[in-house]
Amino acid sequence: MSAAIELLEVRKSFGKTEIINGVSLAIRRGERHAIIGPNGAGKSTLFNLISGRYEVSSGRILLNGADITSLKPFQINRKGLARSFQVTNIFHNLSVYENIRCGVLWSAGYKYSFWHRVGGLKDVRQRAEDVMERIGLAKRRNVPAGTLTYAEQRALEVGITLAGGAEVILLDEPTAGMSRTETAHAVELIKTVTEGKTLVMVEHDMGVVFGLADRISVLVYGEVLATGTMEEIRANPAVQEAYLGALHKEGADA
Amino acid sequence: MAEPATLRFAPLDLGRVLLWGATALVFVAAPLVFRQGFALTLMIQMGSMIVFALSYNMLLGQGGMLSFGHAVYSGLGAYATVHVLNFIGKGALAFPVTLLPLVGGAAGALFGVIFGYVTTKRAGTTFALISLGIGELVFASVLMFPGFFGGEGGISTNRVAGAPFLGVTYGPAIQVYYLVAFWCFVSMIAMFALTQTPLGRMANAVRDNPERSEFVGYDTQKVRFLQLVLSSFFAGVAGALSCINFEIVSDENVSALRSGGVLLAAFIGGIPLFFGPIIGAIVFIFFVVALSGFTQAWLLYLGLFFLAIVLYAPGGIASLLVMHLPVIRAGRLRELAWPYLLAAAAGLVAFAGLVGLVEMVYRLSEANLDPQMSIAGIGFDARAQPPWLVSAALLGAGLVALRFATRFVGERWAAIQQALEARRA
Repeated sequence: MSAAIELLEVRKSFGKTEIINGVSLAIRRGERHAIIGPNGAGKSTLFNLISGRYEVSSGRILLNGADITSLKPFQINRKGLARSFQVTNIFHNLSVYENIRCGVLWSAGYKYSFWHRVGGLKDVRQRAEDVMERIGLAKRRNVPAGTLTYAEQRALEVGITLAGGAEVILLDEPTAGMSRTETAHAVELIKTVTEGKTLVMVEHDMGVVFGLADRISVLVYGEVLATGTMEEIRANPAVQEAYLGALHKEGADA
Repeated sequence: MAEPATLRFAPLDLGRVLLWGATALVFVAAPLVFRQGFALTLMIQMGSMIVFALSYNMLLGQGGMLSFGHAVYSGLGAYATVHVLNFIGKGALAFPVTLLPLVGGAAGALFGVIFGYVTTKRAGTTFALISLGIGELVFASVLMFPGFFGGEGGISTNRVAGAPFLGVTYGPAIQVYYLVAFWCFVSMIAMFALTQTPLGRMANAVRDNPERSEFVGYDTQKVRFLQLVLSSFFAGVAGALSCINFEIVSDENVSALRSGGVLLAAFIGGIPLFFGPIIGAIVFIFFVVALSGFTQAWLLYLGLFFLAIVLYAPGGIASLLVMHLPVIRAGRLRELAWPYLLAAAAGLVAFAGLVGLVEMVYRLSEANLDPQMSIAGIGFDARAQPPWLVSAALLGAGLVALRFATRFVGERWAAIQQALEARRA
């Protein structure tokens, strides 16, 4: 069985600065994989490369064995990969329901249709209602997304990502900025909604990582230091030195 | 998931049907109420302007595309129409005049495909600038190819062409009115229906957040392109209607003036709401056609009005109306009557002063005009001092009074909003 996502010697530099320094990584189908690392390690950049937001400088990226290296974001999305954003990226003027529906329309096959009445599309409505129910925003369906609370917007962010039914989900710091209760709720939410899917997430909160991830990759200075289960990562001396050391320093600075 | 417990049977949205029915009724009855020839001319132009402004708002309001060259599509639609109409007139072609707006629409859409392919590659400022460039390009081409465009004089035609259908020749203005009313109504419904389609909805999404749209599978460039082609179709319909009405098409039809005009009309009416540009088109034509008969300075008044809307009511007239709906529903509109009346009175005084000053400046700036003039039946000499002093005093006093009145309005408004908010919570 081929990997869900495979990165082969991926490099990315902005000007002379190398952000991603030859990353090779295989995400197994159906696993929950967390990418951790200190600030500035290139975690978000890696996501942007996989999802097509940035173009790689060199190397290849495969999705289910097919090359997606220089494809545009919408092409990659149509191949079954959806992502969320670290900074909430929703349709602020549209209602919660319409936000979710935007995530559903393409995957339901309506594409650029200007001959279907969107209100009459039962499959789309069913799917949107279903997603709203699962992210716990069904009661807020007619509220403009811009007026939701922060935690609700984060849930909507994940909802839009899931709405298209993609098999591979990338979540970029889904619990960033949440309180402890909100985080616990979000972890449960992510656990249930990504059931049976491949999940890759960037996360700072170790509690979230340990609660969710089957495997972990540690990214430091644009390179993968180690990949393995939680126990393997904990026991890895290189990780302890480079990453956990950096974490301690961060903590001391704060 | 379980089915909702309550069964819903709503094949037709009753409110919507009533609204469209009322609109149709207004369209049919308007010439029976306003019987003067001038009113008819005005309404015919309003009809085609409504189609034009709504088509423009498919770009600006719904798709977030600020175009400075929308007259290209209506104008080229009009040119196509005038040529087909002349062929019909010569007997070279048998095509009903009634269906000519489809010719204009097809031509508009065709040029939408050609130019839109270029303009919609980018959004935002770049789109605006390319649309401006294409507008200038087409305007220049009109004079460069007089064979097709008729040069400076344009191409004239006669709408009484081909065999009359059930006695309808489109000679009398009333028949033209009903032709325009029919196409205006059909276009309104079609454009509204388009807002309810996947493309229409994704146009909103691309307007709000193009990046996220890409990550849910949509090529934003293609969404903009399709939206522009559809918009160009209706612009072409509007162009055909104006061609049939005026029986002449010239470089003015594709000019930047027209492109700017439709932007003004849509914005004044209100781009956030579907029906905004309908109101805008009516107000705009009123300024252009009715006011221009009274004063040379009509463009200045239109500009000032536009400025006032942009500064104080960026959602346009339509948004102002919609803002009042909750107040009306709560039965508290009466509390605003006094503040509004005072503000209107103050505004009127200031406006009277402004009109006096503007008209006198105009009168004196034209060398061959008689300085002896009259406004609202009051005769005076523009060279004398008193009318200037009176006008300036009116303007000053009006503005000061307006300041107090608007504060009064603001206080009442805030109090009502607070009460409504409290009741909601």
